[in-house]
Amino acid sequence: MSEHSTYTPGTGIEKWLDERLPIIRFSKEHLMDFPTPKNLNYWWTFGAILVMCLGIQIVTGVILAMHYTPNVAMAFDSVEHIRRDVNGGRMIQSFHAVGASMFFAAVYIHIFRGMYFGSYKAPREILWILGVLIFVLMMATAFMGYVLPWGQMSGWAATVITNIFAAIPVIGTPLLELLRGGFSVGNPTLNRFFSLHYLLPFVIAAVVALHIWALHVPGNNNPVGVDVKDSRDTLPFHPYYTMKDAFGMVLFLIPFCWFAFFAPDILGHPDNYIQFNSQVTPAHIVPEWYFLPFYAILRAIDFNILFIDSKLGGVIFFGGSIVILFFLPWLDTAKTRSGNFRPMFKWFYWIFVVNFIALTYLGAAPAEGIYVILAKISTAYYFLHFLFILPILGRIETPRPLPTSISESVLSKKHA
Amino acid sequence: MMNFKTILTTLALVIGTSGVAVAADAHSTPHIEKQSWSFAGIFGTYDQNQLQRGFQVFREVCASCHGARLIAFRNLQEEGGPSFSEEQVKALAAEYEVDDATADGGRRKAVPADRWPSPFATEQDARDANGGALPPDFSVLAKARGVTDAFPFWVFNYFTGYSEGGPDYIHALLNGYHEEVPESAPHNSDGTPFDLAEGKHYNDYFPGHAIGMAPPLSDGLVTYVAAEGEAEVPQTLDQYSQDVAAYMMWMAEPHLAGRKQTGFVVLLFLIGFSALMYLTKRRIWQGIEH
Repeated sequence: MSEHSTYTPGTGIEKWLDERLPIIRFSKEHLMDFPTPKNLNYWWTFGAILVMCLGIQIVTGVILAMHYTPNVAMAFDSVEHIRRDVNGGRMIQSFHAVGASMFFAAVYIHIFRGMYFGSYKAPREILWILGVLIFVLMMATAFMGYVLPWGQMSGWAATVITNIFAAIPVIGTPLLELLRGGFSVGNPTLNRFFSLHYLLPFVIAAVVALHIWALHVPGNNNPVGVDVKDSRDTLPFHPYYTMKDAFGMVLFLIPFCWFAFFAPDILGHPDNYIQFNSQVTPAHIVPEWYFLPFYAILRAIDFNILFIDSKLGGVIFFGGSIVILFFLPWLDTAKTRSGNFRPMFKWFYWIFVVNFIALTYLGAAPAEGIYVILAKISTAYYFLHFLFILPILGRIETPRPLPTSISESVLSKKHA
Repeated sequence: MMNFKTILTTLALVIGTSGVAVAADAHSTPHIEKQSWSFAGIFGTYDQNQLQRGFQVFREVCASCHGARLIAFRNLQEEGGPSFSEEQVKALAAEYEVDDATADGGRRKAVPADRWPSPFATEQDARDANGGALPPDFSVLAKARGVTDAFPFWVFNYFTGYSEGGPDYIHALLNGYHEEVPESAPHNSDGTPFDLAEGKHYNDYFPGHAIGMAPPLSDGLVTYVAAEGEAEVPQTLDQYSQDVAAYMMWMAEPHLAGRKQTGFVVLLFLIGFSALMYLTKRRIWQGIEH
């Protein structure tokens, strides 16, 4: 939406610059004047919150890397050195560790917001796909970062997760050895994970730039889900949404700081304060909370399906649970975007949310007794939602009548 | 404002679910009593006297088998810790010898910058001296142990910031010994009574109940010297274990007090700042139907 530029270079220098690199014009169009639907609610502030999270992770991470030693003999102690002896190190480290959890909390809210309001529907499919790609990159980055402190959970998570790849036919074992840099998790594993953990955040930042670009072509979706008709439906991004987002970010920092300052270890596992020992397996190997739903799906497949053994089956469902998100824009056949106008979808949406939380719980539960059966049911429902419920809903559901425009819906809300 | 509430609830829900990781590995150990620690809660700070007593217990009892390789003598004089004086720490360090390839004979007296010397030269030496069991290093042990609460109680821990599971466990462990296998002991899988291996001791709270460490503390074992004008501290097992658990928590988290003090100021600022941000936002949005 850059065709209606309001920028006129004020000074000679600006004019000179504008003819060579129109960076001020670009900023004004995209960061200030960008027409944004006036009815965005607070769920829409999570985009900005996520940019802040990425920033916090990169800044704290770069500082941590100055003091960290990626060597199996020294990694554990070097993280303790940061906590004990580096100036402000305890806070930098806890902001980075807690920050990962907060990043995922925010990204889950952001994803579920998009799912409820149908933000993935045409013409925003590419925007959604880039978002899923960011989510996948975040998972890879977080997993490799978790290995770096070289505690028991670090080392065993690395062992279990790299093992997943061994289930792939033919290339599995070479791939496993490539990931580990050897036959078992050791110093080469730690070194390559450190290198990639430093690299991937910048890849994420680049995909975020594409994500925002893809957002700025069709413009924001909104809670009503009808397209912007004219300028009465929108507000310039600045100062309206810069202010609202800034407020959202400050608010988000409150729980963030609560954890970072008062309970920096509560989101982690105590076993990670024991240095990794490949000879001693912890009683329960549990990933960080944000991986639990997918971990539950991985473990739920404990039976062979025809010629596919349970291990490969688990990997297929685990991978499938994420890959399926890429196809969501085409699996949901309904034309109506916002869940607010879809009486049946609304119910199934919340069942899906509850089911997802159940998967989180089951991912941490021991793989025994009732938990195994529940995990299978939850896994089945996860796929059922995408593969059957969404495609069918679009055909049988009668949506509530949509307002003709954003302004109309805003006014009717006012008078209601 | 309804959106706010929903966001907060969702946040709580999302964060709450994260606790299941810890909640799920509840096993058959009895419930561990939460103690009242001076360093718990948002205003928590270490009790200097308690840390000094705990250090005494550590030094006189635990340190004969357990190391603390990340602790330097100088840490003992830092603010927020046991805060011994510089002279005390120098004198203390001088009582120990450390390896130093550049010194005469390869050994010299320790200085405050040295780390706490390990009681055994190698892991194998430690195992040989302890019937094959390895006495764990104390540096971060208080954070490597925890207490698991049943659902839904762990959810509240996120709101109270409960981080004292380690000291609670250590206190319970030190008080959880039985001279003989008690009635309450779980039976073996084939229904025979619990059988305790030679050289092991029965403990209510140790996973599997058979612990290699003999009961290390007993009433009157360590003599506390009461400071002038201060009430005498009971010389009991319960008191010793409280003190040493507090000291171990300090070793694991030496900057706890400073972290919480800063945190309080930061949160206060953020709450005030967010109120101002909200008012500014409302002012800017005034008159806009949205």
